[in-house]
Amino acid sequence: MNRRICIDPVTRLEGHGRIDIRLDEEGNVDRAFFQVPDFKGFEKFCEGRAAEEMPTLTQKICGVCPTAHHIAGVKALDDLFGVAPPPAARTIRELMHLAFVFEDHLLHLFYLGGPDILVNGSACKAGKNVFGVFEELGAAVGRQAIAIRKKVRQLNALISGSALYPVCGLPGGVAQPVAETARQQIAATANEALAFARRLLPLFHEAVLKNNRFRKMARSHAFALRTYYMGLVDEANRVNFYDGRLRIVTPDGDTFVDFPAAAYLDHLREKAVRGSYMKILYLKALGWHGYLDGPASGMYRVGPLARLNAAAGMATPLAQREYERLFNAVGQKPAHNTLLYHWARLIEVLYAAERMVVLTDRPELSDAHVRNLPTQSPAEGVGVCEAPRGTLIHHYRTDTRAIVKQLNLLVATQNNAAAICLSVEKAARALIKNGAVTDRILNQVEMAYRAYDPCLACATH
Amino acid sequence: MAAKPKIAFYWCAGCGGCEESIIDMAEELLSVAEQADIVFWPVVLDARYGDLEALPDKEIDAAFINGAIRLDEHVRMVRLLRRKSKCIVAHGTCAHLGGVIGLANWHSPRQLLECAFRQMPSMDDPSGALPGDDPPDDEQEPPLPKLLPAVRSLAQVVPVDAFIPGCPPPPETMAAVITDVIHGRLPASGTVFALRKALCHQCPRVDSKPDAIEITRFKRLYNTSWDPEVCFLPQGLICLGPVTRGGCEARCIRANMPCRGCFGPTERIDDFGAGAMALIASMMAGGDETALDRLVDSIADPAGLMYRYSLATSVLGKGPDR
Repeated sequence: MNRRICIDPVTRLEGHGRIDIRLDEEGNVDRAFFQVPDFKGFEKFCEGRAAEEMPTLTQKICGVCPTAHHIAGVKALDDLFGVAPPPAARTIRELMHLAFVFEDHLLHLFYLGGPDILVNGSACKAGKNVFGVFEELGAAVGRQAIAIRKKVRQLNALISGSALYPVCGLPGGVAQPVAETARQQIAATANEALAFARRLLPLFHEAVLKNNRFRKMARSHAFALRTYYMGLVDEANRVNFYDGRLRIVTPDGDTFVDFPAAAYLDHLREKAVRGSYMKILYLKALGWHGYLDGPASGMYRVGPLARLNAAAGMATPLAQREYERLFNAVGQKPAHNTLLYHWARLIEVLYAAERMVVLTDRPELSDAHVRNLPTQSPAEGVGVCEAPRGTLIHHYRTDTRAIVKQLNLLVATQNNAAAICLSVEKAARALIKNGAVTDRILNQVEMAYRAYDPCLACATH
Repeated sequence: MAAKPKIAFYWCAGCGGCEESIIDMAEELLSVAEQADIVFWPVVLDARYGDLEALPDKEIDAAFINGAIRLDEHVRMVRLLRRKSKCIVAHGTCAHLGGVIGLANWHSPRQLLECAFRQMPSMDDPSGALPGDDPPDDEQEPPLPKLLPAVRSLAQVVPVDAFIPGCPPPPETMAAVITDVIHGRLPASGTVFALRKALCHQCPRVDSKPDAIEITRFKRLYNTSWDPEVCFLPQGLICLGPVTRGGCEARCIRANMPCRGCFGPTERIDDFGAGAMALIASMMAGGDETALDRLVDSIADPAGLMYRYSLATSVLGKGPDR
């Protein structure tokens, strides 16, 4: 009889998933499925709700990426009501978003995907976790990581009302200004975050990039997909998390298309599958051809590595230097190996910290004028941001009383859905041979999805 | 030396926010891991369902379960955890009251699926198959867990010993409850780890709340400016603090936004929505029928506002199959 291997549940990621691998008679992989058993129905039960509640209601899709939903939601409200936030509110929003990106990427490094690359390869499954990471890197680093994450989350609590679920977003601004006294505390935290990020990169080079096991895997075809890449870019085509145009590059790195988020329906399509609650996004111009990579397939990726691939560079100097280092080391752009998401994520940690320092220096940060009231009758609005896990689009249609009639959400991990399924199958095929399956091999199969830092509550919503 | 106490954390239809409320214990989490065996915690540890099934019954001292019960798989999992655990704690609003996920109970599972997988403007096939439809895309594909007819709270499915309200619960509350468990003090049956009284008692604006409030038109947050020092209610903005259990230190109000009731009803109220309706009705100014109609119409989305976190456990929210 043919063998079946289940990894149930998949672990160290947000949400529910299972991997089901079917072996043929020789013990090689016939098929591998990545299934997401999770569905809430936000798009239906947000109908009839008051539009202004969307930033706080839709963020309940995910307690790991709530700030991203809050930001995309409040930007959709700006568009819906035709009102732009004053400079202080714009800065406050971007600052809270970057503070969130910073601490959320650290969550991945220390708690979720990082243990795969930071803890010794032969460690048993009981050791591949945050506690193992702290043993490997030393208690001092562990305590610093915990401390800075806590401080940065406190910064967001100060600005937005809660370390976890912000409540400050309103169409045309935010609910409260940053007090001058709070400003000093915020600036001090931003500088500490930058200091930590600067220490973290050399540590990552030493512990991971010089590690032969990682180097081998990061060059292996088992972990590489040649796909399109998408990310938000500023006017100079540099990575931006808060605003800009969406840029898609081909597997060879050429610009494929460049568009404002409001035009997303012209470029992106969603597909349902019977075996999972996760919808799959693909490029409309190329169509869906199944779980295939390459230039003819509509498969594309988002998130840290995709953002770096889709952009021309980083807007801050230290992150730009590290960005160049990554592409020099890989020897090509785009970089296709999924495990490089880990490195790209840390380049974004550095960027987020540098950018936080820039924003806390801006004079308008503590300006008292943080809100413009809407004057336009609402009908339709689209908001976009880069969530830590990739591009996030909120699209609201309302009646003239601002009651939601339709709510469409394209959530970060959905963009990676097809690639995650293919990455798992490809790794399983390459690593499981002649029926030999060990915990270590299964861990490597899991590394194929964990590098993306998937958020499955988001992907299904 | 006595064996370390055993703890498990699990999520059903949740958002991961309750997991963050544990991770936000920060350095205290390290000492928890030293003093207790965390035997199951999918977001952080690699233990699988098989490892949990292999434990003897009642082996776990306390299992903290968050999220609502949405899929048949959740029912199986919480029954398994109930069997393996001495104490079950409903962790967070979804486990306690159904939470935001419970808003789905205004609709049937079919309506939820058709909206998400057929009716969205970005879907490629408005008459395509839905998740779980037969036959599968690939004959080897594993079966997909099914949606229950309605969302349930944890206590509607298995006996629950104690409740930690909040969306999310404060990390300090988590730390206090877990510390008790580590020291062998399991919570008394029925304990709710929050205040018995309303949020107004913790509110920095309570002094500006008049004894009697008379509202002639309810205002909306999107087109109103309000005084950040004064109680929301006399300003015509609905705040659910008077009917909501305290325990969050009024975190939303301190950020200049009104309460939406995530800690659930105070001890004197059974059905949160009914309590919220009574609160709102008590503030409505009198007038003729037309004036009253206008006043009622000025409440945007009463169903979503009053039942935001508690529909699944309300008298109205048993689901379309009731």
